[in-house]
Amino acid sequence: MTDLITTDLVLLDLQASDKDDATRQLVERLAATGRATDAEGFLADVRKREEQMPTGLPGGIGIPHGRSAFITEPSLAFARSSAGVDYGAEDGPATLIFLIAAPEGGGDDHLKILAALARKLMRAEFKDSLRNAATEQDIVNIVNREVVAA
Amino acid sequence: MKLVAVTSCPTGIAHTYMAAEALEIAGRDAGHEIHVETQGAAGANPVDPAYLATADAVIFAADVDVRDRERFAHLPTVTATVKKAISDAPALVAAAVEKAKQAPAGAPAGPVAALSTKVESNAPLGTRIRQWLMTGVSYMIPFVAAGGILIALGFMFGGDEVVTKLYGGTYHGVKYDDVAGSLPLAINGGIDKLIAQAGYAGLLFAIGKVAFFMLVPILAGFIAFAIADRPGLVPGVVGGLLASAIGAGFLGGLVAGGVAGAIAYYLARLRVPKGMRGIMPVVVIPLVSTILIGFVMLIVVGKPIASAQTHLTTWLNGLSGSNAILLGVILGLMMAFDMGGPVNKVAYTFGVAALATGDTKIMAAVMAAGMTPPLGLALATVVRKHLFTDAEHENGRAAWLLGASFITEGAIPFAAGDPLRVIPSLMAGSAVTGALSMAFGASLRAPHGGIWVIALVGKPILYVLAVLVGTVVTTVCVVALKSLRRTERSTAPAHAKQPVAA
Repeated sequence: MTDLITTDLVLLDLQASDKDDATRQLVERLAATGRATDAEGFLADVRKREEQMPTGLPGGIGIPHGRSAFITEPSLAFARSSAGVDYGAEDGPATLIFLIAAPEGGGDDHLKILAALARKLMRAEFKDSLRNAATEQDIVNIVNREVVAA
Repeated sequence: MKLVAVTSCPTGIAHTYMAAEALEIAGRDAGHEIHVETQGAAGANPVDPAYLATADAVIFAADVDVRDRERFAHLPTVTATVKKAISDAPALVAAAVEKAKQAPAGAPAGPVAALSTKVESNAPLGTRIRQWLMTGVSYMIPFVAAGGILIALGFMFGGDEVVTKLYGGTYHGVKYDDVAGSLPLAINGGIDKLIAQAGYAGLLFAIGKVAFFMLVPILAGFIAFAIADRPGLVPGVVGGLLASAIGAGFLGGLVAGGVAGAIAYYLARLRVPKGMRGIMPVVVIPLVSTILIGFVMLIVVGKPIASAQTHLTTWLNGLSGSNAILLGVILGLMMAFDMGGPVNKVAYTFGVAALATGDTKIMAAVMAAGMTPPLGLALATVVRKHLFTDAEHENGRAAWLLGASFITEGAIPFAAGDPLRVIPSLMAGSAVTGALSMAFGASLRAPHGGIWVIALVGKPILYVLAVLVGTVVTTVCVVALKSLRRTERSTAPAHAKQPVAA
């Protein structure tokens, strides 16, 4: 199984006009690395989920996500934004954005890694270390070290 | 405290697990044990039924339907969105703890979880007795509803003659064979003859009677089960059947359940040589406990009941011809005392015997007094919801129809769960109704049927009034007595721990 995230999927200084723009930039990275077979198709799936209920969370977090036939393997694309992007959280814009992508027919093992990632998002240490990381490789290392399927 | 939670969200890959993590952290931080079932995309991890049976409350943090929700039906519930759990899990944990303190968990649902009870082994004796009774009642209620409604349907479609057509006798000069036999059911002349004579209404009635026959055995069996766990079930059910056989009614069932439970409890804890241990649960305990409960029910309980009934009948016969209103009061008290038990039977038989001699007023008083117990309790569950458990609310809905049909047994689940407060209330209402029916001079030419034989009632409007007044009296009494308990309980010191003494 390939890694959940690679340096190509990390944007340390995201400039985005709104959440749709931010999500689009992350989805394009997934498409560029071959993890999404159709950027527009996956973007539509993520938008559909976002419309049900915004995915912004307290503490400056946005987690756009989707389970889609256009995804080939469980993936995380990550962006940091100093200005923040409004993902609909009550306490303000998101400065850490996690695009979580799951394949439609993924087996349990594939999905367990995403479950472990989601649990990590509740940990302050995990988020702090991502905020303080200096390079794309640091981000990848942190995720690979911290997120292991239970 | 032991908590369970279920988390789920539409996509099942992010929020479900974030909420689970947040709840686990919040629960542990607050010093509780918590198991979270994540109903997400990464497979299911159902909560262990053994843990579930002992849990105190459940938190649903779900934006989509919780799967197999009925597993948690016995628990106090906190419901929230999955986002609420992520942003403020400590508040949900606190709310669940608060709910568990206010309303302790009931017995877990039967069909999904294994049969179980919610009896705290270290609670004060008074609390445990109530938990034992409520366990028996919760398993009995569906039998009351099913049997009672079937019997009411039998009257509705078959008229009051349905009884004669099933169990034999003469109705309006026509003689009928006994096609349904003694209880629960003995199909004497074949099922075709039964249907030809009593119709499908009769069939419904007979099926309802079979369900009703199980009331006392189920009550006794599950009281014993609550006391002694699995070993209690056999002596409890057999003791309950024997209570029915000796006509001891549901009070006999309470005795059977309590005694059977105590016997099984102590037998299961006997120290025995190693070689015997293997056969204790499958042979020795069932055998010995069943012999003992059989002896107790037939000889210790049965004989005195039979002689008491004889004396009561003689005494009642001596009263005939004296003050009619006083007789109405006494018949009312008797009808409501044990609802189908030995005392009720004496009063009912007295009414039927009077009917045979042409006195229709006594039967009218007897039936009216037998209608108010379920009606009064049904009304009480509506006007004072918080005084009753969820199970009692469900029984209350059926009790309207049962009371209106003169199926006094509809009140048994309430009485069995809290006899000292409920039975006096029922007796008060029935006494008033019995007296009023006699005072109004109402009459009745059928020995059963309730509202469905209103055409056979003389002075029907006053008769209905008598029933309504008694219903309200019962409601007022039961609400007052149950409210009294609330305040009493909060100030009374905890009872000292005592061994089971049933």
